[in-house]
Amino acid sequence: MTLRLDSLGQRYGEQVVLHGIDLTVPDGQLLCVVGPSGCGKSTLLRTVAGLQPAYEGSVSIDGTPVTGVPDQLAVVFQDYGRSLFPWLTVRDNVALPLRRRGLPRAERREQAERILERVGLEGAGRRHPWQLSGGMQQRVAIARALVCHPSLLLMDEPFGSLDAQTREDLEDLLLEVHRSDGATIVFVTHDIDESVYVADRVVVLSPGPASHPVLDLPVTLPAERDQITTRGLPEFVALRAEVGRAVRGSEPKAPAHPDPRP
Amino acid sequence: MDTGAAGGAGGCGAAVNGTRGGGPKPATAAARSRSGGGGGGGGAPRGGATKGAGSAWRHLLLRLAVLVLVFAVWQLAAEAHGSVYFPPPGRIAHHMYELWFSGPVRRVFLTDAAVADVLPSLGRMAAGFGMAAVAGIALGVAVGRSRRAYALCNPVLQFARAVPPPALVPVFVVVLDLGTQMQIASIAFSAVWPVLINTAEGVRNTDPLRLDVAAVLRLHPVERLWLLLLPSALPRIFAGLRLSLSLSLILMVFSELLPGSANGIGFTLTDAQSRSDLPTVWAALLLLGILGYLLNTALLAAERRLVGRGRSTA
Repeated sequence: MTLRLDSLGQRYGEQVVLHGIDLTVPDGQLLCVVGPSGCGKSTLLRTVAGLQPAYEGSVSIDGTPVTGVPDQLAVVFQDYGRSLFPWLTVRDNVALPLRRRGLPRAERREQAERILERVGLEGAGRRHPWQLSGGMQQRVAIARALVCHPSLLLMDEPFGSLDAQTREDLEDLLLEVHRSDGATIVFVTHDIDESVYVADRVVVLSPGPASHPVLDLPVTLPAERDQITTRGLPEFVALRAEVGRAVRGSEPKAPAHPDPRP
Repeated sequence: MDTGAAGGAGGCGAAVNGTRGGGPKPATAAARSRSGGGGGGGGAPRGGATKGAGSAWRHLLLRLAVLVLVFAVWQLAAEAHGSVYFPPPGRIAHHMYELWFSGPVRRVFLTDAAVADVLPSLGRMAAGFGMAAVAGIALGVAVGRSRRAYALCNPVLQFARAVPPPALVPVFVVVLDLGTQMQIASIAFSAVWPVLINTAEGVRNTDPLRLDVAAVLRLHPVERLWLLLLPSALPRIFAGLRLSLSLSLILMVFSELLPGSANGIGFTLTDAQSRSDLPTVWAALLLLGILGYLLNTALLAAERRLVGRGRSTA
């Protein structure tokens, strides 16, 4: 699925959050959107997901303008604890998106179990989300997103509240899923390393208000990535530095501290 | 808005839930701490259960000990005093047994008097409470789903709730005449408000992120109701149901106290009073206390089954 944003703008009341965003994400690309917190990354995702109408400009998928929540779309939110339904078992949470397909219950459960196995949660289907660790809960949320084989996957800082080890495991899971399913993925993060590690392309947003892209960088790392070796490559270091400069350079300067010595 | 404390004027205050606008978590926590001693740690599969099992038993024994102590003191004091107005609890219990529970086995030991008075009372209460629960939840969902509907209806609801329920009974007597219809209507109309207000509040406080999730999953409105809105409002709904249950009991008795009632526990009470039959008056009072306690315990058990699980970190 090709995602296209045309001079997209978004505002809350008088405050301009996003302004003049032109972006085309070709089919199958994993795009990372990086920016300082509060720059409107989440608003951007909500607009693409059709949860919030665009204030100006437009969002289109394969040429069709987005007016509501599009078909074949899945979203993974940062707050897995709130995004899962605690009163349903893990399996029933994962099977939720299959309801609109009109599949019988047994079939839904079977598909849910299969996708749970894929994200490394075999045997956890009958438990409740709150019985699992944070990393496992986010795996459940990812399984719920994948169960319908979406062609557009939006991820809003999905690993932001996980510990480093879990986060790396899930980054690798994401890369594996992307390689095998080939969905178009828009991944929002504030973590510069993470963005370079997972992405095919990184877009840096300026700080708000009126946030817009300040850097659009293809990631030329080999497709096969590994937490240790990839992060040690000179190319990775160079890319990270470039993204880092764009993020920092775009941050407003800290209020100048009066220096006692000239 | 302290909807949680609606109708707190009632004497059976066990169900008053003071949590305010707190969403599911505080309500559940309150429910758990209230019901904690009852069944061991059954509702909390994680953490507290294993640690608390021993102390839960000690707690239960302690509570029983206090109960026994109170009755012992009452028994001794009443015997020492020897007044006809205050019979000892042993005599009251025996009288209760003779009045209501010494019947034949095939009628589960219920006597004619029990069948004639206790069962109709319970039936009317069940009908009134059931109607209040169904109507309250349905209307509460309707009001709570829309911010505007909630804002518009809230003053009316607060007003309706503020009217002391027994004061409405004369209205129903005039409109519906004395009888079962009037009694059920009085119960239902009084008990509906706490459920309605709490359900509306619970639905309104549904996590906005979960509403986004439902939108992204494109759940059908009916699925959204069953899978999201009702489950997340459930702790509040039960808080309302507990208040409504105690109001139902109050209204059940009150509507039967009126002259012209033909049967019921309330009728037994006034009838015995007019005959200066004090042991029966006391027996009826004790029966009402026991009924209220048992009904509330049953509701708590239902709540623990439906709500207790899955909410510890919700």
